[in-house]
Amino acid sequence: MLILECPYCGVKGEETEFHGGGEAHLKRFGPGSSDADFETYLFMRENPKGVHLERWRHVNGCGKWFHVARCTMTLEVFGSYSAQTLEPPKEIKDILSAKRPGWSWRNFS
Amino acid sequence: MRRYSAFAVAREAARFHSGWERAWRSPQPKKKYDVIIVGAGGHGLATAFYLGKNFGITNVAILEKGWLGGGNTGRNTTIIRSNYLQDPSAALYEKARSLYETLSQDLNYNVMFSPRGVIMLAQTEHEVRGYKRTAHANMLQGVQTEYINAARVKELVPIIDTNGPRYPVLGGLYQARGGTARHDAVAWGYARACSDMGMDIIQQCEVTGVRSSGGKVTGVETSKGAIDCDKLGLVVAGNSGALANMAGFRLPMESVALQALVSEPIKPCMDVVVMANTVHGYMSQSDKGEMVIGGGTDGYNNYTQRGSFHHIEETVRALVETFPMVSRLKMLRQWGGIVDVTGDRSPVIGKTPLGNCFINAGWGTGGFKAIPGGGWATAELIAKGEPGPLSAEFGMERFIEGRFIDESVAAGVAH
Repeated sequence: MLILECPYCGVKGEETEFHGGGEAHLKRFGPGSSDADFETYLFMRENPKGVHLERWRHVNGCGKWFHVARCTMTLEVFGSYSAQTLEPPKEIKDILSAKRPGWSWRNFS
Repeated sequence: MRRYSAFAVAREAARFHSGWERAWRSPQPKKKYDVIIVGAGGHGLATAFYLGKNFGITNVAILEKGWLGGGNTGRNTTIIRSNYLQDPSAALYEKARSLYETLSQDLNYNVMFSPRGVIMLAQTEHEVRGYKRTAHANMLQGVQTEYINAARVKELVPIIDTNGPRYPVLGGLYQARGGTARHDAVAWGYARACSDMGMDIIQQCEVTGVRSSGGKVTGVETSKGAIDCDKLGLVVAGNSGALANMAGFRLPMESVALQALVSEPIKPCMDVVVMANTVHGYMSQSDKGEMVIGGGTDGYNNYTQRGSFHHIEETVRALVETFPMVSRLKMLRQWGGIVDVTGDRSPVIGKTPLGNCFINAGWGTGGFKAIPGGGWATAELIAKGEPGPLSAEFGMERFIEGRFIDESVAAGVAH
């Protein structure tokens, strides 16, 4: 059971209060893009064993979308951060570097 | 290999069971094999078996990081059915189901295939229409199913409450020749037959890297040293993404946890498999008398083989409503497995960006039922280097071509 904290309303709750929204920081491709880019955007996923960045929504709370850094091997939650960003903030990266030295996820590390 | 038979049982009974052989050898890996299959689960072993049986390729190693059949092959709820809507799925799953019919004889190993019938309950008007459509599609595909009304459901499953307050049972899609099989025995039977053909099943041998040269696979690095091969088959449900990473490509899949549980054993009360997709639960009774129960997947990536408790709660809640007697049962065990789910909820059997490297993955929540068919198709793919008729539609390229085999209505919930 995951315990997540909403970075908007500050409420901490277990996972039934939230809803997973899949992989974070997807680069969107639409009409006019190449087939390969569109396929990558729609279907190809990191699916990492270890550090993962993903989107969650506080459905049974304030309703806001946000980001979570989590480990898929241990279910440890490293922290949550705003949805209005294209990459994890320094605080989250520092926590990840402290707990999972040498971590990398897509082109972040 | 000594054959199992009634005569063998009598013979061994007369001499204190001293003559039974080990079912399969545990050899050390050779330097090189024609084909290496990564993953000694049902699909991996079946692939190896049909490579030997259909194509005469027996210089084969099957590598397993844990123990044989200890992944999803030993964690599923053993349901076998082929009542799929799309033609490619129906063909593949019906091939598997029909192979199950004679699998015990083919392997000389009792896999306890029990074609007791599978009912998928229709509990909304949409499901009624959907299942009628599937029944018509199945008729055209040559898969024997029928749409039955609520009274017939009640006749087949007396313990069901067809007049539930939320979701009354309106009818069902019935496949009389669907059913269950002993999941461990399927893995063990294939393993014994593979070992008998001279194939090496190497357990506790984890693949840590894939070696290639000039865009073609040349071998694998393992915890027991490097092993060379001409062709490589990746058949590792739940870890396909990690293996693909080693081989240098990505997959259109995500790994999530799926859970199941069993109750204490009770007297026989239900001799069909019942699936209720609207309320997310399915149940059958094992030969030991336990009620075997499965539910839905968790909604986030996970490699821990543990799932969330609230999904168990949702599943049990749904079943208590559908089968009121379940409320009195104590649950004995609960477990989880990691399944690879694709965008269209259909598997991937096909070539990969790496030459001579083939993949069988992405069965999502329903791989067990497909073991003989998946193995058959993957063996043909590896032997010929090109997909055969069964797997032609299941290549990874379908995602870039937009040529999906959309079974998402059927999966993600119940299998």
